Amino acid sequence: MSNQEKLIVVGNGMVGHKFLESLVEMGQAQNYQITVLCEEPRPAYDRVYLTSYFSGKTAEDLSLVSEGFFEANNIELKLNCQATKLDRTEKVITTQTGEKLSYDKIILATGSFPFVPPVPGHERDNCLVYRTIEDLEAIKASAQNGKVGVVVGGGLLGLEAAKALHDLGLETHVVEFAPRLMAVQVDDGGGALLKSKIEELGVKVHTSKNTQNISDGDECFHKMEFADGEVLETDVILFSAGIRPQDALARSSEIELGPRGGIQINNHCQTSDPDVYAIGECALWGGMIYGLVAPGYNMAKVAAQHLTQSGDASFEGADMSTKLKLMGVDVASIGDAHARTEGSLSYSYTDEVNQVYKKIVVSGDKKSLLGVVMVGEAEDYGNLLQMVLNNMELPENPEALILPALDGAAKPTLGAGALPDTAVICSCNDVSKGAICCSVQDGAKTIGDVKSATKAATACGGCTALVTQVMNAELTNLGVEVNTDICEHFAYTRQDIYSIVRVEGIKTFSELLEKHGKGHGCEICKPLAASVLASCWNDYVLNDDNIGLQDTNDIYLGNMQKDGTYSVVPRMPGGEVTPEGLILVGQIAKDYGLYTKLTGGQRVDLFGAQLHQLPEIWQRLVDGGFETGHAYGKSLRTVKSCVGSTWCRYGVEDSVGLAIELENRYKGLRSPHKFKFGVSGCTRECAEAQSKDVGIIATENGWNLYVCGNGGMKPRHTDLLAQDLDKETLIKYIDRFLMFYVKTADRLQRTSVWMDNLEGGLDYLKAVVLDDKLNIVSELEEQMEAIVDTYQCEWKTTLESPEKLKRFSHFINSKEKDEAVQFVEVRDQIRPATKEERVKKEDLIAVC
Amino acid sequence: MSNWTDVCALTDIDLDTGVCALVNDQQVAIFRPASTNSLFAVGNFDPIGEANVLSRGLISDIKGQLTVASPLYKQHYVLQSGACLEDGTVSIPTFQVKVEGERVLVAA
Repeated sequence: MSNQEKLIVVGNGMVGHKFLESLVEMGQAQNYQITVLCEEPRPAYDRVYLTSYFSGKTAEDLSLVSEGFFEANNIELKLNCQATKLDRTEKVITTQTGEKLSYDKIILATGSFPFVPPVPGHERDNCLVYRTIEDLEAIKASAQNGKVGVVVGGGLLGLEAAKALHDLGLETHVVEFAPRLMAVQVDDGGGALLKSKIEELGVKVHTSKNTQNISDGDECFHKMEFADGEVLETDVILFSAGIRPQDALARSSEIELGPRGGIQINNHCQTSDPDVYAIGECALWGGMIYGLVAPGYNMAKVAAQHLTQSGDASFEGADMSTKLKLMGVDVASIGDAHARTEGSLSYSYTDEVNQVYKKIVVSGDKKSLLGVVMVGEAEDYGNLLQMVLNNMELPENPEALILPALDGAAKPTLGAGALPDTAVICSCNDVSKGAICCSVQDGAKTIGDVKSATKAATACGGCTALVTQVMNAELTNLGVEVNTDICEHFAYTRQDIYSIVRVEGIKTFSELLEKHGKGHGCEICKPLAASVLASCWNDYVLNDDNIGLQDTNDIYLGNMQKDGTYSVVPRMPGGEVTPEGLILVGQIAKDYGLYTKLTGGQRVDLFGAQLHQLPEIWQRLVDGGFETGHAYGKSLRTVKSCVGSTWCRYGVEDSVGLAIELENRYKGLRSPHKFKFGVSGCTRECAEAQSKDVGIIATENGWNLYVCGNGGMKPRHTDLLAQDLDKETLIKYIDRFLMFYVKTADRLQRTSVWMDNLEGGLDYLKAVVLDDKLNIVSELEEQMEAIVDTYQCEWKTTLESPEKLKRFSHFINSKEKDEAVQFVEVRDQIRPATKEERVKKEDLIAVC
Repeated sequence: MSNWTDVCALTDIDLDTGVCALVNDQQVAIFRPASTNSLFAVGNFDPIGEANVLSRGLISDIKGQLTVASPLYKQHYVLQSGACLEDGTVSIPTFQVKVEGERVLVAA
């Protein structure tokens, strides 16, 4: 329509895209004719998680654009399209192809570019930067021909880049001009500890190094010469010496810039030309360039509101506090980390044994907290940040905030109730305390509920503990008693029941009920107890004590179908089956007229077996070397695998061999819910391991272990738990992971939801499984070993007991079959007859 | 009056489980809850799931009433009365059952 204003957005990075999303969310996108010019070949992606590109994430995974976003909102996106000229008099913008676009308003979201110091030789081949996916591809390509890599710059991005080089298998060095790493965020004490932790991981750190020249090397591609006379040879150099605002377009059109660059903006994000806005890293506000995503997002919202005149938000600076994990090391910096405030006092705490450094900076009167540095451990980040932001009064002994909690002395925590409603709890997604409280008022009861309602704690996760505190406080305020009792018979959670059973050595449901429950049990607590008893002691599930506890499927060792018949699923570990095995399964299906279908887990499912047929069918399967597939249990289903290095031209490792070993190790383990594995022999990932509870992918350097994925109702990709593992370590970690899940998850909680509800999420899981934070890994490993050692095929055991087999008959007093079980034929196989079909009997085929 | 049929030995029914007996062409689900010495007999047909499966359900104590939870969709049927706790419009028949010596007898 001609009356629409023409809006051109220059740049489709994270901030530029957030601006578009804000317009759409405000319902304003349709009021403009919007054109987006994007210099890169792809639309917005997540630069914060760029390193994950090297640990298996693809460009699509990193994309921030929801499917059909541009089409649905009628936004024209021009990729590979740089804006080269801005004519503010004619109000025309020219692109690199010479195309001229007229505009009414412009949003400059051109971002920044990496600063490359003008060292002689900086333009040589294999001298790269780290900002775009194309940069990463270039890094990958040059790493393939090299052995050594150097990152110039030991700031936040430099250390991220160092991790990338390290992950690519290069001997990695970080060269920093300043006397310490992360000079902006941490002090000397923190920097020293950070350096020693990072060196422990195999990255060499050189501080106070001034690069003078880069030339041909003797051993490697480059030789770097430093001011102190030392030299360092390397094949790849990555410059990460800070960013510079991408302000060329504004500069050429004489929009006002800062003395050192950056497009000057006011509180509405307008430049010196009111029809031109600038947001993100290209913008200069109050003399500052904000190189973090949260302030950029904030600018995007402010600009969108001002442009559309639909709100009065204004940008008034941003807190530059950060918490991040660099190469596995927690680093946090809040406020005045360097104690620059006049009269300020500091407390610091160093633990060389556990490698933790913490410092707090307080005001001269010891009333308020001004700044914090934490390296090695940063759990209190959320609490301390709120104290600074809201200028809350310090406890009497401020040092207690950083000292470890000793026995008996509770650590002073911030009462979540003391925070104002406007306090931003999750700065990544700009979620306030008030918004979290509202979600609780609307019915959220778990941290998982709050996350999906508000998006709080879903980005970096640093605020999870605080979000939980706010949620719990609000629940208490509302008088909502969060009832986590499993049912009316047990005033305990599943986790409690598990501990009770373990600690007291309880072996039967009746004992558990007598000591800790009331009433007679129900279809919730009985199967739960059966599962916990099996997880702990692994007794035969149909023994006299357990049989009355088993749910629909477990009690007949088959999955009950809608007509009361069962499915039969023999285990085929790793999806591998011999021709003889396949023929036997086929022959049985043929003999009993069973419907035959392949499952998603790479095995065969036979449907339509009646109770009395189950023992005969299983006898033949067991005689043929098959075992039960536990398709009926809340336990390991399958370990899906690709064909792996044995046959595949691209395979790196024997994925089938590992899949079979893992399936045989964990088969029969009873758990809170079913769980699935996948093993891929290379990063092409044909086994779709990243959608499983446990996914394993082979790399050149060993196995990568991914956890907590899910297909199903709420698909979720896995997260990387550990990488480059040998098989022994891999199995050890899986043992710990699974037993920890079995020990702590709720009933019917899949691993994905379980992790979402763990306070601290993936980091916490890593701390428990990899670093033994809870001091329980040897216990978990022993418990798993006991389960593995006591495995039995439940069908084999059942077939050996004539007493147990009595139950496998429709009638206790007759050999008759259930006349209601009738089938009709479709596509040459049976299916259950519908109710109508059952009544008129003429078309029925004979019941076996 | 009642026409008792001997269906099985008491020991044929595992404690806290059910079995199905064919009595005069009717499918009868007989339960042996662990919490009481009594047996209960109800129809084996689940009117909601529409299959003959109730004998394979879990015995479930709901606020003091003994019920069977349907193995298909978990509705509870009170063993004493046949009432469905989730849906007042459906119920299942109940039958008399007794133990004589070691034998289980059902009237249906």
